Amino acid sequence: MSVTRAVNSGLSDINTVHEITMVEAVTLALRRAMTEDPTVVVLGEDVATNGGVFRATENLKTEFGFKRVLDTPLAESMIAGISIGMATHGMRPVAEIQFMGFIFAAMEQIVCHAARMRNRTRGRLHCPLVIRAPFGGGIGAPEHHSESTEALFAHIPGLRVVIPSSPVRAYGLLLSAIRNPDPVLFLEPKRIYRIVRQRVVDSGKGLPLDTCFTLRQGDDITLISWGAMMHETLQAATQLQQRGVNADVIDVATISPLDMTTIVRSVRHTGRCVIVQEAARSGGIASEISARVAEEAMPWLQSPVQRVTGFDTPMPYPRHEHYYLPTAADIVRACERTLGVI
Amino acid sequence: MTQLKKQVASTLPANISLDWLRSAYSHMVLIRAFDKKVVALQRTGQMRTYPSCLGQEAIGVGIGLALQDNDVFVPYYRDQATLFLRGVSLTQIMQVWGGDERGHLFEGAARRDLPLCIPIATQMTHAAGVAIALKSRAEHQACLVTCGDGATSKGDFSEALNLAGLWQLPMVCVINNNQWAISVPLHKQTACQTLAQKAVAAGMEGVQIDGNDVAEVYQAVDRALTKARQGKGPTLIEAVSYRLSDHTTADDATRYRDLEQVNNAWEREPVKRLQSLLHAHQGWSPEQENALLESVRKQVDDAVTAYLSIPPQPADEFLKYQFAEMTTPLALQISWQHERFPEHETSDSNGVQKS
Ligand SMILES: Cc1ncc(C[n+]2csc(CCOP(=O)(O)OP(=O)(O)O)c2C)c(N)n1
Ligand SMILES: [Mg+2]
Repeated sequence: MSVTRAVNSGLSDINTVHEITMVEAVTLALRRAMTEDPTVVVLGEDVATNGGVFRATENLKTEFGFKRVLDTPLAESMIAGISIGMATHGMRPVAEIQFMGFIFAAMEQIVCHAARMRNRTRGRLHCPLVIRAPFGGGIGAPEHHSESTEALFAHIPGLRVVIPSSPVRAYGLLLSAIRNPDPVLFLEPKRIYRIVRQRVVDSGKGLPLDTCFTLRQGDDITLISWGAMMHETLQAATQLQQRGVNADVIDVATISPLDMTTIVRSVRHTGRCVIVQEAARSGGIASEISARVAEEAMPWLQSPVQRVTGFDTPMPYPRHEHYYLPTAADIVRACERTLGVI
Repeated sequence: MTQLKKQVASTLPANISLDWLRSAYSHMVLIRAFDKKVVALQRTGQMRTYPSCLGQEAIGVGIGLALQDNDVFVPYYRDQATLFLRGVSLTQIMQVWGGDERGHLFEGAARRDLPLCIPIATQMTHAAGVAIALKSRAEHQACLVTCGDGATSKGDFSEALNLAGLWQLPMVCVINNNQWAISVPLHKQTACQTLAQKAVAAGMEGVQIDGNDVAEVYQAVDRALTKARQGKGPTLIEAVSYRLSDHTTADDATRYRDLEQVNNAWEREPVKRLQSLLHAHQGWSPEQENALLESVRKQVDDAVTAYLSIPPQPADEFLKYQFAEMTTPLALQISWQHERFPEHETSDSNGVQKS
């Protein structure tokens, strides 16, 4: 089948079903959003002529023109800053930061302005922008291209942080992020950009933000993750099932604000909880979820919450990054500890 | 933008000897052969993403020959040639791009140099800081920093130049203007006529030079370094060249630039050009060329053999360099690594505390 041909056929066939990768689902959502809303503009380094270094904005310039798909000079603070200005004045910028490791120059703009524009103007102005950035390790990329620093941003009040883990969720969540009236950091786990294909209906339907997705139901243990680690988590759940242990598997998806209703309901039901994150161990989202589970589900817990995480170091250079990344075996071992089998 | 000289200069540059040119030529030929080999290793899965310096050898070699051992070099990531001339081995350069931090164990003149810098332009302010340190000790040395043309759009670039001009720091910045920042050509990066003129607003001297002429690079950098060492302030040098390769091995430049432009740039590439100059002055024989190619091939092959035979680090090694002293959480994480990779020989448990 020809993905490109199907994708290029555009809006006319509203319910076309595509077997596509996650990065193609991102493009599909961008195209859909740009078609339905003329104020949506895509900008960033290498996004127009080159279609993005991961091809997430492939062909958009050809379809929508250089006024809506902008190759900017190389300056992340500027990219975030102009997005804020545009967003406060009737545009819906979707900015790409080429790799999350290069977002830090933009941090001042995101933290000091985007995330608080609504609050500090008491609702007079708001900031409907999306910043997309590929993140995470496992593709053997050079230094600074592989970290998972989502927790830094989840800590910022007023900023939504959304992470898809499949083509379907990338499509639906990105559409909702773009339509959302507040700033959204949309982090794309690049390790799984192309590892699976899924049928994505280009229906224009968004998926809910601020909501966890239960990917698998089970009574024995709750496994919680997001992003690329969903794949190892699901693998672990399959291995556990072969041993008669049924896991409830939750994709957090919006890591800030957290949907604790879904998580707490599950943990109260299973009584056991393992949280998996690729990011460094300390001060991460797993820590936050763990604290909230302690607050809201402690009496139901049959054993301590376990976290499976990266280490408190930068991601090693690619030759040694497999030493850092959590594996399905690590997750199974943590489950065994929780279940009291080791 | 300056048009690079199409023709080979018929006269030798002033104060430059044939011997010097022969030596510069040998370095450039070595770096080109090395670069080609590393790209080939990447294509066969023995190397990670690598930014070729094809076509920009004159910049790196010119800088490397002008720097003195006690100057400080603050590189970006396309500085293979200068790093090599600072005493970083070809093997170590491959190690860095092969994804191994140990490549950064610089020795020789590079022992005090900063590591390669990937976040664009962030090294600029480090260089200013190094220059402050050198100046504060009244050590008549200079700091040289490099960056790309795209880097000149970043705040860090302007912030560093502003300070260097204001505080008259012993700093030299060389912009490798290879005309492209991945897919973005210079005319989409800035409306400035030249990048050298960015020095004006910083109150410092700015010069634009032909980055494909190794003697011109050497002389401009040498002059700027001497000036800096004498406490006479910073200089911005725009070295105009061309990126003949893809941005990195992960890039495909045919998506965004015309082959015609690339072919034209090949006409002015620095290695061939210097070779023609040497020929024109009877300074280079076919026997010398053959001997050079043979010795270069051997050097590169030996470096590759050494690179490929370096064993991976033990699974706990990356946890041992985070702080001067081992912390309790990291010691615990080291012990987890021993459980995760029991079959591995782990490095000695220096600093590992029992928790
Ligand atoms: C802060 C930052 N943003 C984005 C990148 C991704 N990136 C790597 S190289 C590059 C282009 C740099 O172009 P230039 O400064 O001209 O240097 P060249 O690679 O051409 O030598 C970009 C955008 C990065 N490394 N750092
Ligand atoms: Mg460049």
